[in-house]
Amino acid sequence: MKEKKAGWKELPEGDVLEGASSLKFRTGNWRNRRPVHISERCINCFICWVSCPDGAVKVDSETGKFGHFDYDFCKGCGICAYECPKKAIEMVDDEG
Amino acid sequence: MKVARTGNEAFAEAMRQINPDVVAAYPITPATEIVQIFSQFVADGLVKTEFVAVESEHSAMSACIGASASGVRAMTGTSSQGLALMWEMLYIAAGLRLPIIMSVVNRTLSSPINIHCDHSDTIGARDSGWIQLFSENVQEAYDNLIQAVRIAEHPDVKLPVMATTDGFILSHCLETMDMLLDEDVQAFVGEPPERPNLIKSVKDGKPITLGALDLQDYYFEHKRQSAEGMFNAKKVIPEIGKEFGQKFGRTYTFFEEYRMDDAEAVVIVMGSTTGTAKDVVDVMREEGKKIGILKLRVYRPFPAEELARVLKGKKAIGVMDRAEGMSATTGPVYPDICAALYDIPEGRPLLLDYIYGLGGRDVTKEDIRYICEEILKTADTGKKDYTLKYVGVRE
Repeated sequence: MKEKKAGWKELPEGDVLEGASSLKFRTGNWRNRRPVHISERCINCFICWVSCPDGAVKVDSETGKFGHFDYDFCKGCGICAYECPKKAIEMVDDEG
Repeated sequence: MKVARTGNEAFAEAMRQINPDVVAAYPITPATEIVQIFSQFVADGLVKTEFVAVESEHSAMSACIGASASGVRAMTGTSSQGLALMWEMLYIAAGLRLPIIMSVVNRTLSSPINIHCDHSDTIGARDSGWIQLFSENVQEAYDNLIQAVRIAEHPDVKLPVMATTDGFILSHCLETMDMLLDEDVQAFVGEPPERPNLIKSVKDGKPITLGALDLQDYYFEHKRQSAEGMFNAKKVIPEIGKEFGQKFGRTYTFFEEYRMDDAEAVVIVMGSTTGTAKDVVDVMREEGKKIGILKLRVYRPFPAEELARVLKGKKAIGVMDRAEGMSATTGPVYPDICAALYDIPEGRPLLLDYIYGLGGRDVTKEDIRYICEEILKTADTGKKDYTLKYVGVRE
């Protein structure tokens, strides 16, 4: 569906944005490769969590262990896979 | 009340009477005194203003932007290189629709270094989105700065305004002027009106982002909004000038017509040179020469249609340009006037340009008389021999 963008008469003046508007900007669609988690190799050191520039590594709040990647915001930079000491993250071609 | 004040003193007194919330400034000749005198008012407890002594003009404008973005009234003053150092922040103030008010003392730009008057600093900032008011004398400088508050903050405008004087000629010369009562100025400027897009969210305690990245999808729309503010300023400036006149007896609009009624030749001039030109034209009128003066007070927004209406039917017009626009054609005001006249259907006036007074070069009655005679000669013959002349430069 084509996004309806505001014209100059209705757009808020002076480039003023409400807080936390970056949550609406899904940067995940910039990605062409995605990280995949291999749980049997993971030691839950959270180096991936520390390294991710986009906060896209999510911790499971119940188990306190690796949860999932937030693909809405993961840009596929691969830093997590590069930094992982146990090679528990692999980058694969993104299909969507 | 009749008082004697220099241009800088008059600006400082107007600032005291406006009593802004924040003033952030950095000294530069010949504008230093404005904020120096004002800082004494702050120290003496005569104003409620928070005075921020910053480390550069770039920071001065940045601090004003921050203050104005929080919804309060912010002012500053500068000149020449100081205005140049504010450059990127000038555009940001206008782009964010912040009604900052600035007194600018016109001084030329380096190099070579020179502290004296021409209009190249202010005219250089003409495309920044700031409204620009030029002053003939100290009285007008004072009146312009007070009106600037209302123009800038008008809900249909929301653009920053600079009111200017000519460096040393007005900034440091003592003139008699009518100073208004503090309470009358306060009543005229009032409280800053709410800026709903900004202040509401601050009051609600919700965080906002200003000046975020604004790429292909939205920049054009925001720029179009700013342009609309400038279009609206063309309606607002004469309204406020009229209201000022009703209250205080001195009415203002885009320009002043002096002895223009039956004039065949017109000289267009901005700033302090107008006073000298009026003397010259008075003498020439006694000699029966049909010459008048159009003093341009508002340079941005540019009153093109209004100028065309009053200049239509004149035989020849000379523009006095106190800046070298480095375009290898004419000074910078000439092309604006030229564009304003272009759509006159028939009998378009002949147009000449005179670059004068650069770096504070004295402009004498003889210089102005020469220019007037040249315009009259062109009006008589109906033919122009040149477009541009430099007046007052040694060959």
